[in-house]
Amino acid sequence: MNTNASKSVRDVIAGHLDAVPRSGIRDFFEIVSTMQDVISLGIGEPDFDTPWHIREASIFALERGVTSYTSNFGLLKLRRAIAAYVDRMFGLRYSPEHEVLVTVGVSEALDIAIRAICNPGDEIMYHEPCYVSYGPLIQFAHGVPVAVPTSIENEFRLTRDALEAHVTPKTKALILNYPNNPTGAALTQADAQAIAEFVIDHDLLLITDEIYAELSYDHEHISAASFPNMRERTIFLHGFSKAWAMTGFRVGYACAPPELTDAMMKIHQYTMLCAPILSQEAALEALDEPENDIAGMKSEYQKRRNYLLRSFQEMGLSCFEPRGAFYAFPSVRETGLSSKDFALRLLEEEKVACVPGTAFGPSGEGFVRCSYATAFDALKEAIKRTAAFLKRL
Amino acid sequence: MDELLKILKNNALESPENIAKMLNVSADEVRERIADYEKRGVIKGYQAIVNEDVLDIDRVTALIEVKVNPEREGGFNHVASRISKFPEVQSIYLVSGDFDLLLFVVGRDLKQVAFFVSEKLATIDGVQGTATHFMLKTYKHHGVLMESQDEYERLKVSP
Ligand SMILES: Cc1ncc(COP(=O)(O)O)c(C=O)c1O
Repeated sequence: MNTNASKSVRDVIAGHLDAVPRSGIRDFFEIVSTMQDVISLGIGEPDFDTPWHIREASIFALERGVTSYTSNFGLLKLRRAIAAYVDRMFGLRYSPEHEVLVTVGVSEALDIAIRAICNPGDEIMYHEPCYVSYGPLIQFAHGVPVAVPTSIENEFRLTRDALEAHVTPKTKALILNYPNNPTGAALTQADAQAIAEFVIDHDLLLITDEIYAELSYDHEHISAASFPNMRERTIFLHGFSKAWAMTGFRVGYACAPPELTDAMMKIHQYTMLCAPILSQEAALEALDEPENDIAGMKSEYQKRRNYLLRSFQEMGLSCFEPRGAFYAFPSVRETGLSSKDFALRLLEEEKVACVPGTAFGPSGEGFVRCSYATAFDALKEAIKRTAAFLKRL
Repeated sequence: MDELLKILKNNALESPENIAKMLNVSADEVRERIADYEKRGVIKGYQAIVNEDVLDIDRVTALIEVKVNPEREGGFNHVASRISKFPEVQSIYLVSGDFDLLLFVVGRDLKQVAFFVSEKLATIDGVQGTATHFMLKTYKHHGVLMESQDEYERLKVSP
């Protein structure tokens, strides 16, 4: 292809994509992938294998020739199991026939939830630092992303004051994610209630990404969706990637009142058709005795979290106590380095990878994300190297 | 089970300093608690998990089922305790089912174990019968897979 031709190819790319930034995670990944012997605290997925009985169930399904499409909604037996689980765990009742949609991970569920409600120019709020896809998905839907910064002063919890400062007549919805990636922050009962009241007072929709709900330490998870009058204005998203260590299965779900579910279904049926049937079989098995599967991994994460916090303390890196997910978000402000420089130098000098906080939005400046979904031996080595790095600074 | 014991059962070599951080207590407290467990006989010792199949050693292990005629007083305990004292016996359990005691016995070779069974074990008062199974290969031992599988590598950085 000559240069003229590639210029014109560039011209045909949809204009609104120009406004979508490259993922800061991808940039960093590309640097890391050129290096040898890196210990990574930059991984946003569990280091555990999927529990064997779940893998075994999908092997068995494969052997039986379970290789077809399913209903667009997903297998009914799976939707029943999901409805029962969401009721038991979150106190939210959804009809398996009309209000549960099985998706290709929470990733797809986020996409169709946003596209189902967003008219061009609608503003959708989300708190920041946050998972990397929220802003771009809103842009793909021709909406306006409105990031509401959260800060270390509130331990990255979203407050009503912050929300009030960003709401406008054009605001359509709020996306919520607690326990939070990348900060590990969780909401208190009072926080969640204040957010629910805000959503109702401004007549908004809530899209709540509950993917880390099970990984809550020393407290009971509370969903903003569970307050009175919230259910009818909430799209509830959850999946199996994190608590069950099933990222590669690509399976999650959206629960919402029938009209909202129908709207999401319109997109889902033409874009995905259905989630992979083997993954749906695996998800069904995962809901058989979830507490059993999760307890062991959770207690391991909690020990690693404690270890990381105390080690940061010893090396003089200040870090608030993460209360969920598997991330710690220490401040690097006192080193005088920016997030990115800190992460780059730690990588180059000590071969330890963590993710600059700015990959999750500008309000992540001054912080780095350290994932403790990392085997304990690797975690120990990473801590040793990071301490040596800090000493030299 | 206490988290401290869980950690040690998984890796007995973990340092008290690291365990202290994991449990959010002091290293001295960890040392004290371990000493206490040792004193009370909760922790009976520490051993390495060795994959003997990769070592070129002449040693066989047999799993032996033993049927016992329980005594009027003491039930199985008396016989079990006598059998336990043989150094060849690595482990011994009272089990439900078609037989009563399950033994793991090691010897230099097949002949030595056979000798132990016929001359020592079968002749004990109360032992009614035995069945010996020689172990051919170990797949998993104490919760650890003996054959290491290729690690599937995750992406080094992901969202
Ligand atoms: C907050 C959050 N939401 C959604 C996802 C995507 O999850 P899934 O694997 O279900 O698509 C992730 C994965 O990192 C996440 O951290």
